[in-house]
Amino acid sequence: MNLSDPIAYLSLMVFLPALGALVLAFFPRGREDAIKFTALGFTIFTFMLTLGMLMEDAGGVNFEAGAAEMQNLFSAAWIPSFGIQYLMGLDGISFPLVVLTAFLSVLAMVASWPITKHVKAYCILFLLLETGMIGVFMALDFFLFYVFWEVMLLPMYFLIGVWGGPRKEYAAIKFFLYTLVGSVLMLIAILMLYFNSDLTLLNSQQLADAGIFAVAAEGGNPQTVEQAYQAWLASDDDTARRFQEIQAETNPARRRQLHTFNILALQQMGQLENSPFSQNVWLGRSIQWWAFLLLLIGFIIKVPSVPLHTWLPDAHVEAPTPISMILAGVLLKMGGYGIIRICYPICPAAAYELAYVVCGIGVVSMVWGAFAALAQNDFKRMVAYSSVSHMGYVVLGLGVWSLGMWTAGPGGSATYNADYWKMGVTGAMYQMIAHGISSAGMFFCVGVLYDRVHHRNLNEFGGIFGRMPVYAGMAVAIFFAGLGLPGLCGFIGEVFVVLSVWKYSQLLAVVSAAVVILTAGYILWAIQRVYLGAEYRGPHGEALTPMTVREMAVAIPLVVFAIVFGVYPPSLLNYMQPSIDRQVETLAAWTERYDADREALQNTLNNDQEQVAAK
Amino acid sequence: MNLPTLIDSLISDTVQRSLPLFGPELALCATIVLLLLARVIPVVDQIPPLVIALVGAVVALVAAIPREGMAGLAAIERQELFTGMLVYDALTVYLRLFLTAFAVLFVILSRLTGIADRQDGQDYYALVLGATIGMCIMASANHLLSLFLGVEMASVPSYVLAGIVKGRRRSSEAALKYAVYGAGAAGIMLYGVSLIAGLLGSAHIPTMAQRLVEFDVAAKLADRDYTVMVLALGGLMVGVGLAFKLSAVPFHFWCPDVFEGASAEIGGFLSVASKAAALALLVRVGIGFTEAPQHGAEPPRQPVAAAAASFATPPAIRMVAATNGDERLAQADGQAGRSSDQTIERAGSAAEGSPLSPVRTFFVSVVAAVAIITCTFGNLAAYGQKNIKRLLAYSTIAHAGYMMMPVAAAIALAGDNPAAASDAIAALLLYATIYLFMNLGAFAIVAFLRNAMQSEEIKDYAGLVSRAPMIAVAMTVILFSLVGLPPLAGFWPKLRLLQALYEAGGSLLMFALVVAAINTAISLVYYARVAKTMCIDPQPDTSRPVQLGFLPTTFVFAMALPVAILGVLPELVAPWTRDAAAGLFGV
Repeated sequence: MNLSDPIAYLSLMVFLPALGALVLAFFPRGREDAIKFTALGFTIFTFMLTLGMLMEDAGGVNFEAGAAEMQNLFSAAWIPSFGIQYLMGLDGISFPLVVLTAFLSVLAMVASWPITKHVKAYCILFLLLETGMIGVFMALDFFLFYVFWEVMLLPMYFLIGVWGGPRKEYAAIKFFLYTLVGSVLMLIAILMLYFNSDLTLLNSQQLADAGIFAVAAEGGNPQTVEQAYQAWLASDDDTARRFQEIQAETNPARRRQLHTFNILALQQMGQLENSPFSQNVWLGRSIQWWAFLLLLIGFIIKVPSVPLHTWLPDAHVEAPTPISMILAGVLLKMGGYGIIRICYPICPAAAYELAYVVCGIGVVSMVWGAFAALAQNDFKRMVAYSSVSHMGYVVLGLGVWSLGMWTAGPGGSATYNADYWKMGVTGAMYQMIAHGISSAGMFFCVGVLYDRVHHRNLNEFGGIFGRMPVYAGMAVAIFFAGLGLPGLCGFIGEVFVVLSVWKYSQLLAVVSAAVVILTAGYILWAIQRVYLGAEYRGPHGEALTPMTVREMAVAIPLVVFAIVFGVYPPSLLNYMQPSIDRQVETLAAWTERYDADREALQNTLNNDQEQVAAK
Repeated sequence: MNLPTLIDSLISDTVQRSLPLFGPELALCATIVLLLLARVIPVVDQIPPLVIALVGAVVALVAAIPREGMAGLAAIERQELFTGMLVYDALTVYLRLFLTAFAVLFVILSRLTGIADRQDGQDYYALVLGATIGMCIMASANHLLSLFLGVEMASVPSYVLAGIVKGRRRSSEAALKYAVYGAGAAGIMLYGVSLIAGLLGSAHIPTMAQRLVEFDVAAKLADRDYTVMVLALGGLMVGVGLAFKLSAVPFHFWCPDVFEGASAEIGGFLSVASKAAALALLVRVGIGFTEAPQHGAEPPRQPVAAAAASFATPPAIRMVAATNGDERLAQADGQAGRSSDQTIERAGSAAEGSPLSPVRTFFVSVVAAVAIITCTFGNLAAYGQKNIKRLLAYSTIAHAGYMMMPVAAAIALAGDNPAAASDAIAALLLYATIYLFMNLGAFAIVAFLRNAMQSEEIKDYAGLVSRAPMIAVAMTVILFSLVGLPPLAGFWPKLRLLQALYEAGGSLLMFALVVAAINTAISLVYYARVAKTMCIDPQPDTSRPVQLGFLPTTFVFAMALPVAILGVLPELVAPWTRDAAAGLFGV
């Protein structure tokens, strides 16, 4: 196996945890520490693989900061008779999320040490979960994406259902059902897009961008795209053969389509002038309108946004601490990732039309989540609702579509100014990473207390600062990061989002800015009730021992990253910004064309009407 | 043609054409005779019945493998056997392979669970293999008589099998109930057969389709000629018989009771083999009556393409062909074979105006409506079940609903997109194949657990994961595969099914698609409940350890492992199903 080959390296990143699960399956019972250490070893090694991509001279493949397009793209046949490919790649949008996933998996595994029940099964399921999570962020075949998306469900169901709290069964099946309903809707949308896709609509450059064929850029004789295209057509590749057959067909009535699940190709098709997804299907709405709606529902269940968020408080509260960290830190991000990677680029016209709906959902979630968090007495439930509120920023930032942001360009031509839109999407992405750090940290802080005193009632704490000063200091830092205090990671994302919304809708901007006050309210109030105060008022006060080294090992990295990302945003933006800019710019160019077309259409309609009136 | 030549040709047809292609059934017949003789001949009586049955089933399985191996599946041409009673094509070959493979597995399972003991082993295996022959005939029926014969040959042994456990009241009750329902359904079906055959003057399905074209349903409907109603009634009556075998709503009442009363192994037998054969029969009937015969009514000796070019085209198709005459001529002096292929396609694409399109619409609407109701009802009724066999019975009802959907989609697509129609049938075959592993595995586990803990109540499975972890994990995998969750095998056929429905389009089939998708989510709850009971619920203090031998565990793994492997690599069987279905619509 040659690790400098993307297919080997990326596959190893995805499947190493699964391999670990397989290894663990053969461990004898009773060797629980050995099992935990092995599982930890696999998560650490996976994390090192993701970091290895940042190092130029580490061998293996590299991830280049500052490159906008898909990197390390590879494809291989997986199920050719269903047209499904094993297609993966990374860009600035997915790479930070992959690193976050691998990083949080290591921390969550360390946080799993107190688990004593069925340790072997726990570790196996945990590692399978990690494979599913990393796979979702790397898959670029819609079907592969869907399969990884579902792969996570089963381990998560059992992780909540077996190792959870008192209402674990209810919470587990609720989580499962909500997600399954969402993914079934997504499946219908996938079929709609698949059956209306047609690869033959794309030109050679677009096909190369979508990874349909590879262009050998390095080596002895660098190819041009056209050469590679011809070489591909001449090859005995099945897709190439059918591609030519269809292109050779001159009779339009008998012309068939070459369907694809390739997300990148679907994005290209969605942004074509006469997109195959723009035909009307039902109730006067186009295919992409329906597909967008179904996909959006599927993704906002995962985010989760009001009104589909009710699984989250139950699942987060009942799940064991490390699983809550994973849930809040990684799983929620998949919804946001799906929206930015799939919904917007594939269905731009529908997204344009429904931009206000998406933003509205985001703002409602922010407000609702914040008010609900204020009302909680259960510490963990409060943190869970804060996730609903914080993920609202993500949805809002992604939804911003700076309508009518026309600025007069040179020579009187109006150009579409996408700066605020870029800012919104960047803010959303930043918020995803920041929330991954802060929410995982918050859940861990709750878990540390719960492990000691076995209750989570906010009104029965107090005085923790005196009893556990180191822990309380770190906890307060993490909670402030969640609050969005300047200088900590939560601030950047929130500010970007709120600023960008101002140009889109002042009402939404005012409301979303006001939510910051509510957030400060519930977080400060919680800090006051738990950490401040004269003395501890709840049961098991004697158990409040200082933090162990293991717990420090989880908390310190989280605090460090919360500060680093708050003080020095380029550490993250260098990787994300080019890809985000590229996507927003293509979509902005698309919007320009779309608006111009609509305007032209409107003009002709008006002219027609005038002529009719004149007659 | 005088009598001696007639007899001569009959004999030569039977001996030279039909019998060589009838190998698996013959092997099964011989095994049955041997099993029954075993009691009389002392020497043979020394051989355990298991060995005879197993050897017979394996021989049948080997005989069922096409001579050129699985790669030759696509090349098999359609032939009629026994003067048109049966049809031999890739679908027949695939299904016979499926059924005989199932028979082998089932014989092994019966031995492992000990349901067939030394005393009545001969009877038991004879019944199982007899029913398998009936199913093979169902899968290759080309004549209403062989259709009825197949259904009865498969059903009658099943009645006895349902009551094979002697001295158990529930079991006898189940058998009686099954027999009474079965007899009623068979009677209605026979009446339907006689109505249709009487009106159309034949019972040979392709001939009947030809007559149906001449009958011109559309014109009759326009004239308000009510013989069409009689025809529809006859069709519905045949449908009753099929629905009974499929346990489709509203002819499903026997299913939960029989499954609960009969032993779990028999449940596996009825839910997998019997259902697959019934679906194959539905496909045969559906294609037979809605496709104008491309192959000529009388024995098609020539290859398909040549036959299509030379045979007497039915009126409407001729008309369509004539309108495209110029083009056709232009192509005709190109490659003859190719142009006739295209003629077929063109004739098909004009199906909207074809005389059989009312029949097609009728068939599609009935099948789709029944499928939608069956699937939803099965899933909802499974919610309240406390007995695992009853729960699985409702689950099989639901799956029968899912499996009927691609049949409707295929017939709807047959007119203008034959390739997609074959894909729909391939989806059905893939479903049946994967369902074999899932359901036989599930019922095998139920049977083994019954032996080990004397209970079939779901609540007694509580905490099984700590008593028998392997079995609990295998059952969990199978259950979630039944839900249709990737990356388990049960997902792929469901996906193919949804694809077929989407491609067929139309409001009813789109509705079916949405129903099928939502049903997936509905079914999760009850399957997950069983998994939850096994894996999450605490073990009751009263429970005893569960001891399963090495062989039963191996068998369970042999069922569960394909479910996991095919989930990642469906390509292992998917091409076979595609080849098996490829020739059905004249593509």
